[in-house]
Amino acid sequence: MEYFLQQLINGLSLGAIYGLIAIGYTMVYGIIGMINFAHGDIFMIGAFHSLIAFLVLGLLGVSFVPLALMVVLVIAVLLTATYGWTVERVAYRPLRRSTRLAPLISAIGMSIFLQNSVQLLQGARGKPLVSVIPGAITLVDSGTFAVQISYMQIVIMLVTVSLMTVFTLMITRTTLGRAQRACEQDQRMASLLGVNIDRTISITFVIGASLAAVAGLMVTLYYGIIDFYLGFVAGIKAFTAAVLGGIGSLPGAMLGGILIGLIEAFWSAYFSVEYKDVAAFGVLVLVLIFRPSGLLGRPEVEKV
Amino acid sequence: MNDVPLLNVEHLTMRFGGLVAIDDVSFSARNGQITGIIGPNGAGKTTVFNCLTGFYKPSVGRLALNAPHGTFLLEQTDGFRIAQQARVARTFQNIRLFAGMSVLENLIVAQHNKLMKESGFTIAGLLWLPRHRAAERQSVELARYWLDRIGLTSRADWQAGNLPYGDQRRLEIARAMCTDPVLLCLDEPAAGLNARESAELNELLLEIKAQQGIGILLIEHDMSVVMEISDHIVVLDYGRKISDGRPDQVRQDPAVIRAYLGEEEDEELPPEVAEDLAQRGEAGAI
Amino acid sequence: MAVQVQAADIAQRAELDFAGILKRAAVAGLVTFLLTIGLVGFETVSSTGQLRLHTRFEAVAFAVAAVFVSYVCFEFLRARRPMIPLVVGAVAALVLLIPLVTGDPDLQWMLPFEAETLDWAALVVPLLLVGRALQLATAARARATGRQPPAVLGRIGVAFRRLTPLIGAALLGFAIVLPFLPFADRRLIDICTLVLTYIMLGWGLNIVVGLAGLLDLGYVAFYAVGAYSYALLSTTFGLSFWVCLPLAGALAALFGILLGFPVLRLRGDYLAIVTLGFGEMIRIVLINWWWFTGGPNGINNVERPSFFGLPFDRSPPEGTESFHTFFGLDYSPNHRVFFLYFLILACALITNFFTLRIRKLPLGRAWEALREDETACRALGINPTNTKLTAFAFGAMFAGFAGSFFAARQGFVSPESFVFIESAVILAIVVLGGLGSQVGIVLAAIVLIGIPEFFRELKDYRMLAFGLGMVLIMIWRPGGLLGRRDPTIRLHAAGEGAEQKRR
Repeated sequence: MEYFLQQLINGLSLGAIYGLIAIGYTMVYGIIGMINFAHGDIFMIGAFHSLIAFLVLGLLGVSFVPLALMVVLVIAVLLTATYGWTVERVAYRPLRRSTRLAPLISAIGMSIFLQNSVQLLQGARGKPLVSVIPGAITLVDSGTFAVQISYMQIVIMLVTVSLMTVFTLMITRTTLGRAQRACEQDQRMASLLGVNIDRTISITFVIGASLAAVAGLMVTLYYGIIDFYLGFVAGIKAFTAAVLGGIGSLPGAMLGGILIGLIEAFWSAYFSVEYKDVAAFGVLVLVLIFRPSGLLGRPEVEKV
Repeated sequence: MNDVPLLNVEHLTMRFGGLVAIDDVSFSARNGQITGIIGPNGAGKTTVFNCLTGFYKPSVGRLALNAPHGTFLLEQTDGFRIAQQARVARTFQNIRLFAGMSVLENLIVAQHNKLMKESGFTIAGLLWLPRHRAAERQSVELARYWLDRIGLTSRADWQAGNLPYGDQRRLEIARAMCTDPVLLCLDEPAAGLNARESAELNELLLEIKAQQGIGILLIEHDMSVVMEISDHIVVLDYGRKISDGRPDQVRQDPAVIRAYLGEEEDEELPPEVAEDLAQRGEAGAI
Repeated sequence: MAVQVQAADIAQRAELDFAGILKRAAVAGLVTFLLTIGLVGFETVSSTGQLRLHTRFEAVAFAVAAVFVSYVCFEFLRARRPMIPLVVGAVAALVLLIPLVTGDPDLQWMLPFEAETLDWAALVVPLLLVGRALQLATAARARATGRQPPAVLGRIGVAFRRLTPLIGAALLGFAIVLPFLPFADRRLIDICTLVLTYIMLGWGLNIVVGLAGLLDLGYVAFYAVGAYSYALLSTTFGLSFWVCLPLAGALAALFGILLGFPVLRLRGDYLAIVTLGFGEMIRIVLINWWWFTGGPNGINNVERPSFFGLPFDRSPPEGTESFHTFFGLDYSPNHRVFFLYFLILACALITNFFTLRIRKLPLGRAWEALREDETACRALGINPTNTKLTAFAFGAMFAGFAGSFFAARQGFVSPESFVFIESAVILAIVVLGGLGSQVGIVLAAIVLIGIPEFFRELKDYRMLAFGLGMVLIMIWRPGGLLGRRDPTIRLHAAGEGAEQKRR
């Protein structure tokens, strides 16, 4: 029971991170109908920016943790969002009216490019970071097994929940959110009604990249080690989460993220750590076969 | 034989979530006749086609095709099998040619199932057996026949996407005919055509009706086309059938006039005026 | 009214909005700064378990300046003002050329990269500027004197396309005589064997991506299935290469069908990510299922292929013959290398002829039709799932053949040969070669695989260039470099058709 509870906590914090990345996939898919293959690598770049920002602050002698976290968050989000914007501007926008395959191939090219530029610029080896938020609360102690929730896990969940709240409000209440939903429905009509399509799509990418940067920061803190390959597997899993929740649906992305996190945690705990990635991919295939519209998504009606 | 209609649609209903796109529509279409389906925008005409050709699965209803080669219940047949086995062919409102392939290739792909069998599911073809070569020659002959009919023989090797609009429309019809159908469903074939092309199209359809003797279902916005060549017309409005009969009957049906002109114009109009107004109302709707 | 507006528009364009250009260039510079300050500006270096930072601000400054200047220059070119870009390009080219040519160590700081080959490559940008500026200048003069400027690039493209079959034939002839040429040493043949393996994989993937339009990102999984099939069948049952080759192909095709059956009904981009996941799954299984696949160490001592039963051993066991004794030759290790070369050449050619033939068969035409419009295919009674499945299976089969060749050549297999990057490389070959063009794939494989093998220092930058190349090709020529499609069947002779088109 205690062991189960511990895995539940671990799975939830992992799932929150996947959920944040999955939002980027789901938003972009909703608005331009393509899978942004480079999104996982944007997340990885976010993690690297966080790491570098921490090290710079360390050199400058900033030791007050909350302040350092805020500064790192701002820097990582700003720099990573620029990547999100640039990727869309350079690799996807010119292809908006192209064939079906072209933007996908371009996205894969971008993913390979980003991954390898980070490898060249920062080296292939894993980058360790000393624990910034150490410590944990013991929830239950049965004598043989203590269920702990670390401060880091609390931070992850708090940040995720607050971001989700802000985000939902933004999509449902603001002009930007309305413009986004309009573009999802019908881009031509939206542009006739005065919605700036290019800007709306750009902002979507910027928001997606910002959330990925937050996820990158938390992964850096949570695991304490990152490398250039980080975005590949995390990207596939976050995408799985988006599909599981129903691609195009924001609450679905969060729900899917948490489910994937839980599946991974429990699979590792009760079956085998080696095959945890296989489990996630297996879920993806099963969902696509049996319920392609996901848990919260609407089924697509083909227009002929 | 002739009193069993080729296609019998009974109680067809299609719901999308809460929206009822087609509500309990019944009609029939006969061999050697052109059956027109008309109605204002959003009346559910294309949805009827999509149900008939397997793109949608109807919520309720029986769609029976009594073809010479057997009887098929279309609502129970899977997407592509309707074209493959029941031999119902269709065209699309927004033309769907294989734009990157040549005109001739478009017509040969349409004969896929026959050729596939003759190529021994590729094996005989890979081995260059005479059986496959003969079949391919035949398919080219059939394609050439239809190219002559639509006047595109000289452009047979063009990329289909480079053809002028009107030629693309006719090529799509020829492609559908190359599948050797018993029922041909045309989704607004005259849309975007000029008067001359439209007249040519009418001629082609009447020829197909007379020579091939198959049933033709025709969705059309352009009332003049429908009235001129249809033997029988079904009128839809908001997913319901509001009229059904010969063109001159439908033309005078007050329900049809109301649907096209709106509720206010309820008083009797002379038929010529009503038709003229109906056309204008249609143009306004576009 | 409309004419006036147009005239005003033209006048404005001619006047050149210098402030606007500077503003946009500044924005581009700022974006570059934000992109580079983190990852380029700071390098994280591990030393004694701790991470340290090295700064590289000069590189950031260089990048920002380069982007700013190039942006301004290209804007000038777009406004048809070639003078400034010409001067800037010439100066930049000189700045790069002087240290490169003289090799003076005091001038090396002027070079942007550490690798010399990359510095030579960096010359492309200023040369591009100069070339375009010169072209504009001559065009302007030609307009002034009333002569039409020759469309050089267009004509080269047409000529190249017309020559494609000739290039193909020449490459084939060269490939056949290559081992007998005086400069063909073992290293060259080895590299060419490698290139041919990728050509074969590219041709195989082309069936799936180029013809059927299905984006398969896990192609390497089928390559792995082929390689492990041969390795396992040969080490456990002692079956020979020639028995295993068809078996490996069949097993890979079977895997293709098993994977494809559930997922081929899905939209194209879902298929891409599922195949990507599948590629990773196979690799993880290969690493962890150690009692079956040997785990991370893989399988060693896989039997080498024989010359139809004659091994290439120096001293064959008593009572048997080997290749050199049978043909009465002196023993040479090159025999096997040459044999492997011809083996893969033959396999690749079979793949090629298969593709060329199947394009003219109903199945191949249905693949292309599916790529063009799946909905229309369904309306014509073509079974989309089965048709896609055959494309998937055939593609997988050729990967299986290539995989068993790979295992036989190496003598061992291990999971690290089958990572995602391999799939990406094969896809890059297909995409850059022009989706669907057989000769294009050969050229792309030579450029992408062969050249980095010769210039080792480029190897680190190889994947970087692949990624960038894929993006650029999609933007400039989505059909690929040589991508142009000839009809698979004609009603009129080729020349006749062209005549009609012009008329």
